[in-house]
Amino acid sequence: MTRELSRPKRKNPILRTRLATLPPGARSRVALGLTAAAARGAFELQVCRDCQAVQYPPREACQACLSSRLPWRVQAGDGELIADTTLAHSNDLFFRERVPWRLGYVRLDCGPTVVVHMHGDVPPAPARVKVGARLDKSGQAVLIAFPSQEVPNMADDRQLREFTCDPKFRKVLVTDGKTGIGQAIVKAIIAAGADLVWVGHAEPWKKFPGFDELKAIPQVSLMPLDLTDSKSVREIAAEIGGRVDVLINTAEVHRNFGIGNRRGVEIAQAEMDVNYFGLLRLAQEFGPALRGRAADGQSNAVAWVNILSVYALANFPPHGTFSASKAAAHSLAQCLRAEMRPAGIRVINVFPGPIDHEWNQQIPPPKVTPQALATAIVRALKDGVEDVYPGDVAQEWLERWRDNPKALERELSNP
Amino acid sequence: MRRGYDDVVITCPVTVPYVRYSIRGGHWFLARALAELVKASGVAKASMDGLCVSSFTLTPDTAIGFTQHVGVSPRWLDYVPLGGASGVVCLRRASRAVQAGDADIVACIAGDTSHTDSFRLTLANFSMFARDAVYPYGAGGPNASFAFLTSYYMRTYGAERADFGKMCVAQRDNALKYSEALFKKPLTLAEYLDARPIAEPLRLFDCVMPCAGGEGFLVMRKARALDLGLPYVHILGTIERHNGFPADPIQMRGGWAVDRDDLYAQAGVSPSDIDFFQTYDDYPVISLMQIEDLGFCAKGEGPAFVRANTLTFDGSFPVNTSGGQLSVGQAGAAGGYLGMVEAVRQLTGQAEARAVKDAKVGLVSGFGMINFDRGLASGAAILGAA
Ligand SMILES: [Zn+2]
Repeated sequence: MTRELSRPKRKNPILRTRLATLPPGARSRVALGLTAAAARGAFELQVCRDCQAVQYPPREACQACLSSRLPWRVQAGDGELIADTTLAHSNDLFFRERVPWRLGYVRLDCGPTVVVHMHGDVPPAPARVKVGARLDKSGQAVLIAFPSQEVPNMADDRQLREFTCDPKFRKVLVTDGKTGIGQAIVKAIIAAGADLVWVGHAEPWKKFPGFDELKAIPQVSLMPLDLTDSKSVREIAAEIGGRVDVLINTAEVHRNFGIGNRRGVEIAQAEMDVNYFGLLRLAQEFGPALRGRAADGQSNAVAWVNILSVYALANFPPHGTFSASKAAAHSLAQCLRAEMRPAGIRVINVFPGPIDHEWNQQIPPPKVTPQALATAIVRALKDGVEDVYPGDVAQEWLERWRDNPKALERELSNP
Repeated sequence: MRRGYDDVVITCPVTVPYVRYSIRGGHWFLARALAELVKASGVAKASMDGLCVSSFTLTPDTAIGFTQHVGVSPRWLDYVPLGGASGVVCLRRASRAVQAGDADIVACIAGDTSHTDSFRLTLANFSMFARDAVYPYGAGGPNASFAFLTSYYMRTYGAERADFGKMCVAQRDNALKYSEALFKKPLTLAEYLDARPIAEPLRLFDCVMPCAGGEGFLVMRKARALDLGLPYVHILGTIERHNGFPADPIQMRGGWAVDRDDLYAQAGVSPSDIDFFQTYDDYPVISLMQIEDLGFCAKGEGPAFVRANTLTFDGSFPVNTSGGQLSVGQAGAAGGYLGMVEAVRQLTGQAEARAVKDAKVGLVSGFGMINFDRGLASGAAILGAA
């Protein structure tokens, strides 16, 4: 049984912080299909459209009938562990620092045999297991065998924690606590076991609704933080940057209107200043600090969460300038992800559908509640996924966008 | 009906001395192997009109770049990047070329260098499937793959670590009588059992030590060998099979099991006629599978067979009489030649203090290329003394 994680000891400041190493990240292009699914939290394998044979490892032609039509399809992952071993030695630096490391061969019920990392609660072979895909520290998909039934403290497994960004015993910065979303996230992350949550608020002279409640939470530390002010971001980064394990950027400006309904660019500039430039300022100041602590023991720096919008994928004209600012932020977040990957820091992009707040008043339900969004973010950290689309609207838009982006553009532009 | 090999023979077994690490490139070891063949045969390199090459560290070159490197102009050329199956497969290719008249003398060479980091790099880029679906899982290389096979085999057929230990200890005894072996000290069963774990159930002495070295032999017609005054052996039968039994969920048998009846029929012998067996032994479990799959006992009876026999060169069932890779070292692709070269030495009276008494018929087996979860290439040859 997995031993419950205990709170890490205070760090000796004289000891050298371990440098980040990554597991082998090279993959063939076709194998990136596994990564694409795992980034969304799905386990998919290629399935032959002509003969239904399930394929693994990923390949360019069906091993049964030579068909090249091999779409990726969701798999249940049930299978039998037929052999296991524990590496005491590895030729790779990342694993050399982490041995003993347990591995298995699993015969999936759907056909192929797969090599897997192992959750510590999987009994020795033979045993029933459930295989899932996770992103490893290199940002590439790997397969992990879990016990077939839930067990206590499952997320605390030493090997599993190398693939996830579980907030338990970690220190978190939530950049804006003024909004309902920010407050819901603070509460959810504390419920998930975070040690300390710094909560930013741009106008420290003003009390906002929920302020007193936040202030009363013992793990919360309120900080003045204005993402439109480079100096403010720099000062906070200098103060706490070296301790943040998870950064969740909740700051956002959201106004309605497209192009023709409003004169001037001030509102659009205000959206860009927080939604895009705010992210850029944060990334410049906090990015290097997180990268430097990516291998810092059990409670290392692990993740950066951006709350974008499903409108980042395709413009929603009634919220046209907001959509544009989120598209810009999405593009920048991809750059940030590329720059954080060499350290193994996960950049999680959250693409909610319309959130249930004042600027979406005219959008009919279903809308995502702040609590549901917060739950989705905690889940994403625990599963270590990269892209999250919380809410029915976001899911539907994602499906339409993956099916045909042009069709979605037309659908969204209909009044 | 498949043609026999008529009067095509193997001569001139040569070895380029093994070293743990070398600052040389793969080309150096292959060139030394070719030079050793020239020395051993008295045939100038210009008169060797066929060339067959196996290597991992020749990259970015293949056999063709090597021709210019060493200044040869063969009229027949082959590159056989099949790792542990290279020796058997090169012999098959070369002997048919000689038989058909496409070449008169084929130099078969295998060699690799070993730098402190070359083994890791070879593993990381070994194959598409390895890079995508094995290497990211602990980068354990073949150690991890064979740990799975070994643990499955032990659980399924009741093998004990001491069974594998007996094989390793016997091979070390053989190696003590082979001057090129890198391991010079005796190995006891206790040392084998207590060695440090690598990937359970595998421990240190279950795993080959990567090193640098080379091996080679010549293939020509018997008349030519007699002209040159070279001792030779006959090729009685050969098989190869790739990706045998793809539907097996884990490799408990190799391609030999598909073709062994064909092998013995070609040679006109049965397993009981075999005087020694050179297996491909990167891990003892795979030697055990070869003993089963090539018909010396039924599947799963390997452990009982090992317990009932002595496996040293002077024992009831001599295996890997020069020590095998486990005690000589694994010089990359040359590991796929080690058994072939030793078999020719045994059958031509060049095995010195480790000679198998009255050896007339020898079996050589090859196995290679752990592409994903199993070795894909397999082959075997039965050789007869002149
Ligand atoms: Zn098919």
